[in-house]
Amino acid sequence: MASAPKPRIKVPKTAKAGEVIVIKTLISHKMETGLAKDSDGNPIPREIINKFTCEFNGQPVYSTDLEPAISANPFFEFNAKVNESGTFKFTWVDDDGSIYEAEQDIVVE
Amino acid sequence: MRKMIIVSGLATAIGAGAVGLSMSEPVDDTLTIDGEKMITRTKAPEGHPLEEVLSGWLFRTDETRALEEDSFDNPGMLRVAEGETIWNTVEGSEGKSCGTCHDNAAESMKGVAAHYPKWDAADNRPIDIELQINKCRVERMGAEPYPFDKGGQKPLTAYIKRQSLGVPVSLDLSEGDMQSWWDRGKERYYERTGQLNFSCASCHEVNAGKYIRADHLSQGQVNGFPTYRLKQADLVSVHNRFRGCIRDTRAEYPKAFSDELMALEVYVTWRGSGLSVETPAVRQ
Repeated sequence: MASAPKPRIKVPKTAKAGEVIVIKTLISHKMETGLAKDSDGNPIPREIINKFTCEFNGQPVYSTDLEPAISANPFFEFNAKVNESGTFKFTWVDDDGSIYEAEQDIVVE
Repeated sequence: MRKMIIVSGLATAIGAGAVGLSMSEPVDDTLTIDGEKMITRTKAPEGHPLEEVLSGWLFRTDETRALEEDSFDNPGMLRVAEGETIWNTVEGSEGKSCGTCHDNAAESMKGVAAHYPKWDAADNRPIDIELQINKCRVERMGAEPYPFDKGGQKPLTAYIKRQSLGVPVSLDLSEGDMQSWWDRGKERYYERTGQLNFSCASCHEVNAGKYIRADHLSQGQVNGFPTYRLKQADLVSVHNRFRGCIRDTRAEYPKAFSDELMALEVYVTWRGSGLSVETPAVRQ
């Protein structure tokens, strides 16, 4: 993975009050386990996304800790019930301390 | 279970005449990618040995087909995004990126890849997108050409082909010597090679629709290349696939972009005339 990790999200733009929507997220990331060795036999240091969270208007919706066995480019799909318009905020935490964020508004009619 | 072993042993003994025993029709389904309807089934062009041309998508499982229908779910799209970055990256001594000359790929490359391989008068042979990229890199950008399947070759090819999503494949065989390359490709398609003595047609024409062990044989169309193969968990280029197929017949396989494989690409692409470009297709 030559390029920097890039988050991608898919959230419906509109929903009915009380509707259960499907949210999909994907971040491009190499998820280096720390167990592999390079061609010279030196261990490649671990570098993974270790935490992913989703919040809606500041309220937690979904949160998970990731482990080294999770493959590259982690993909999450989950459901959320929306009662009001607001903003979904997604956060990925990298081992190197970087935080990747994405946001999307949803209008509830 | 015991019975199955005996049956498959029998199939091996009979050999090429009975590649698989079970027959299964391709699904009757329509492929819509991001709201755009794809042509996955169309009448074969004149002179085609089959009546109907079918996309490989119709031969895959429900789960695999669903992956291709949503470009968010399609794992190949990550590589397409990588291709977009490369498109806009300046490389080489001339200080140019692809975008410097071709601007916005969504406009400049729309429909372009559906008509490749194309005749290249300067080289006096047909070239595909991969070779066209290399020509641009050498002649216009002053950059190194990509070695086969290396560097940005696969993602950039996939990005360029993606701009033709839904456009029906059509080749202009009247350009230059395209017809004689087509003839040569056809000859290669029907030529039996390897210890198994298979031609392309053994699987993809005579036995398309049947199972070869667990694999549902398609017509071997190339309209979705570079294809995301679940087996490799990566994009697979068309010449890689050709080589893989020829290797599987236990033959020595030609070099990528050799005359032999370029001719085959011309002919096999023509066999899929009328099918939508599906790049990056998702396959088993």
